[in-house]
Amino acid sequence: MTEKLLINALENEAIYIFREVAAQFEKPVLLFSGGKDSITLVRLAQKAFYPAKIPFPLMHIDTGHNFPETIEFRDKLVAELGLELIVRNVQDSIDQGKVKEESGRYSSRNVLQTTTLLDAIEEFKFDACIGGARRDEEKARAKERIFSVRDDFGQWDEKNQRPELFDMLNGQIQLGQNVRVFPISNWTELDVWTYIENEDLEIPSIYFAHKRDIFMRDGLIWSASEHVFKDDEEEVEERMVRFRTVGDMSCTAAVSSYASTIREVVAEIRDSSISERGARIDDKRSEAAMEKRKQQGYF
Amino acid sequence: MEVLKIATAGSVDDGKSTLIGRLLYDTKSLTDDKLEAIEHSSKKKGYDYLDFSLATDGLVAEREQGITIDVAHIYFSTKTRSYIIADTPGHVEYTRNMVTGASTSQVAIILIDARHGVIEQTYRHFFINNLLRIKSVIVCINKMDLVGFSEERYDEIKADFEKLVDKSDYEDQNITYIPVSALKGDNVVDKSDAMPWFGGQTLLEYLEKLDTVNIYNRGKMRFPVQYVIRPKTEEFHDFRGYAGKVYGGDINVGDEVVVLPSETRTKVKEIYFNDKKYQSAARRSSISITLENNVNVSRGDMIVKANELPRIEKAFTAKVCWMCSKPLVAGSKYVLQHGINKVLAKVSEIHHKIETDFSGVDTQVSSLQINDIASVSFQLNKPIFFDAFKEHRTNGAFILIDPQTNNTSGVGFIE
Repeated sequence: MTEKLLINALENEAIYIFREVAAQFEKPVLLFSGGKDSITLVRLAQKAFYPAKIPFPLMHIDTGHNFPETIEFRDKLVAELGLELIVRNVQDSIDQGKVKEESGRYSSRNVLQTTTLLDAIEEFKFDACIGGARRDEEKARAKERIFSVRDDFGQWDEKNQRPELFDMLNGQIQLGQNVRVFPISNWTELDVWTYIENEDLEIPSIYFAHKRDIFMRDGLIWSASEHVFKDDEEEVEERMVRFRTVGDMSCTAAVSSYASTIREVVAEIRDSSISERGARIDDKRSEAAMEKRKQQGYF
Repeated sequence: MEVLKIATAGSVDDGKSTLIGRLLYDTKSLTDDKLEAIEHSSKKKGYDYLDFSLATDGLVAEREQGITIDVAHIYFSTKTRSYIIADTPGHVEYTRNMVTGASTSQVAIILIDARHGVIEQTYRHFFINNLLRIKSVIVCINKMDLVGFSEERYDEIKADFEKLVDKSDYEDQNITYIPVSALKGDNVVDKSDAMPWFGGQTLLEYLEKLDTVNIYNRGKMRFPVQYVIRPKTEEFHDFRGYAGKVYGGDINVGDEVVVLPSETRTKVKEIYFNDKKYQSAARRSSISITLENNVNVSRGDMIVKANELPRIEKAFTAKVCWMCSKPLVAGSKYVLQHGINKVLAKVSEIHHKIETDFSGVDTQVSSLQINDIASVSFQLNKPIFFDAFKEHRTNGAFILIDPQTNNTSGVGFIE
């Protein structure tokens, strides 16, 4: 037995939040993308409920344009930990005519995910959706609550949010409403990476430097893939790259890197002069892009 | 790494966002793409300096009006520790946001415009920091460049603020004064050449040296049970772990404890964090514990040390800060959430409104409007286990939830 428990303030806060979710809601779900933030969430949930299993399922909204490495990783993690996984596909929403595929140079399925997500929440009657969003990611997210109430239409009313005092979380909602929960709200990108290093967590291979066919556009490194629109003039070359976030292939740019271990990745992030979202093509659409998407029910 | 949370308070236009932007800029916490966005935006507005407020004002409405209307969280770190700034608005109708930001902070920065000195808004900001028992308060006298970096002006403002401090009843509070120019960068991160008369630390130096043990208010150990872990697996067939967060002091294996409300006495058998057992856990740890005897414990119960019982009562008086547009009136009923424990509460009496200007004037009122603070008595449907807020910053606070809208309508600090 170890003498005294030394605590990591952020980890302890997240565990507290997970336990509040399990206690206050009837049907929670953990939104899992296979990215580093949601992998961190799974680890924290395990710690919150040990020696019991995580008392809620994971759900992945699959755009169909994910990196294959992420999907492979997702299935392996779920099998190893004996977790329940629900997958809902953006392709189905397109086939049902609920959303229309974007076309053109910057087409992406990123925005389309919202419809699939809201339909899945209704299908399973989820009352709490746990997500890995962090306040340091983006300006609109800096205003997000830990328990963030969404109305019947899944929408976020940023001007009318419940105040959160001390660590008291008010999860009382009306029928049809749901709450988005963000246990790692107060973590920074570096906090997440340091945690992954300390906990020795496995992550998808695309976070490490690898050779990949890419092309340059608007100063960003795009993955050359059937899911990404490319002009004939845009030349494909092979380069050593890695990804800092794992989104849809069509909206996630790579960075040049030789970091092949977690330690090297952490060192690289520490010295980095570009923010994580600087490599998110979806945020470049406009200064208020994220805020608009959130109001409509995005993650 | 230790995380320090700082609440900022200031009036409109006293340069709060600029100060935060300056902290980020001088600690090299702004990344190239963010800097580029700030440069671009400043140029578009025709400024000949960098408009750091753009680094913090998040929502579209705020960018349009140029004011901060909600609590925003800003992150930066140094080699020493991580910082979270709760940027709370100083505008008069937003007391609710200031109280919210302060409730989770250990340090507060109060900004004063050197040209205007201590104004009514300053009274209010200091009052709220006192009400919330924030232990370290840093008074930043900003825009020193606009008063010729005058030592005399600084001394004058400091003396005015000290008159407020004399009226405060919070003796353990530490107050520091720093003359700064957020726009020019004087005494924020780097020492000012323009104010050689100032011998104190810069803002960042002060923050870096704050003792993380003493910035918290201490109290008696309280362990509210959040969740009961019952794995029912073969290996852990009879395991009953009581999950929760430790408040106030340490909990140890072998401690004689009492479970409330049943008042059953038992001992702490094991302390778990994840799959490891520990002899002892400090305040703020999210652990689970097992008990020697097979007692019935459920969510909302509280485990305390046998010789440190809290008050166990069905009625009390509290200072309430009202946060909802529907007024609070005597006779109305709310869900009262004390920590994680929920009970029903009836407002038995509104005693008087408390002015936030240290005037000590108590106005008789029959209802409480949004942003009002008043002394209010409550009656509960069952007892809760609490301490006075002055003795316990977590176990003496509660929120009121409107049973019709489910909104958090107010916060209370038990007397």
